[in-house]
Amino acid sequence: MVRITRKLEFSAAHFYHNPNFSAEENRRVFGKCANPHGHGHNYVLEVTVAGEPDPETGMVLDLKELKDILQREIADRLDHRHLNYEVPELAGKIPTCENIASMIWQLLEPKIRQGKLDRVRLYESPELFAECVADDVSSNGHGAAGRRE
Amino acid sequence: MKVSLGRRYRFAASHRLHNEKLSADENRRLYGKCNSPYGHGHNYTVEVTLTGAVDPATGMIANLGDLDPFVESRVVEAFDHKYLNEEIPEFQCAVPTTENLAREIFRRLESFPRARLERVRIEETSKNSFEYRGN
Repeated sequence: MVRITRKLEFSAAHFYHNPNFSAEENRRVFGKCANPHGHGHNYVLEVTVAGEPDPETGMVLDLKELKDILQREIADRLDHRHLNYEVPELAGKIPTCENIASMIWQLLEPKIRQGKLDRVRLYESPELFAECVADDVSSNGHGAAGRRE
Repeated sequence: MKVSLGRRYRFAASHRLHNEKLSADENRRLYGKCNSPYGHGHNYTVEVTLTGAVDPATGMIANLGDLDPFVESRVVEAFDHKYLNEEIPEFQCAVPTTENLAREIFRRLESFPRARLERVRIEETSKNSFEYRGN
């Protein structure tokens, strides 16, 4: 098994607001991110595909094809957009790094036809990232632990 | 698919790699420059990764408003601008290699109440990193 990774950068605006919270609760839970005027980030996305290299081409997946998928599915949807207003896939969700990374996973997984989507890591800043990884069938309930209370 | 959240923190500290059970020669051979008697320092970067369910009300695995003060008080304030060998009780009897530091930081953060600590990865320099997952 070989893993290949391609990076993509995009810039987008967002803010955090839960309509079920009071204004005070939104400020307390989300801090500066609750500012309704929004703010932005330069997001850095790393997408990893795992598979066996094709003996004819020596490739898991042609990086050009992965680049085109990332452009079409992610950059065209998210780059220079406001994530609260312009991305239907995030409607009704708080556009946190966790939710954006999960959305990216859902969008990419069915599009990767050679190899398998293995990991999506989305950096909101160099200090903060969310990561989605494929379920490990051999793990012993790893992903079920540590539920938030 | 499992979602996790990673956050990076920084502190600067000094240490000396020296095992009192070994002779001066053995220490120099084993630890090289890191055995220099007055110690030396690094800018450490600590990457903390948590897993858990994404709360639909907040969209978060853990709120940085909870995580940052937890890590700041237990790790950053405790280690920043300190001499690890002398000022951190756990390193009175263990060599403060970054392997041991990763285990100690994991131990200090394991009780974070809002999500499960998955791993602690420390960059000692831009060339070296050490990771501990609790086992």
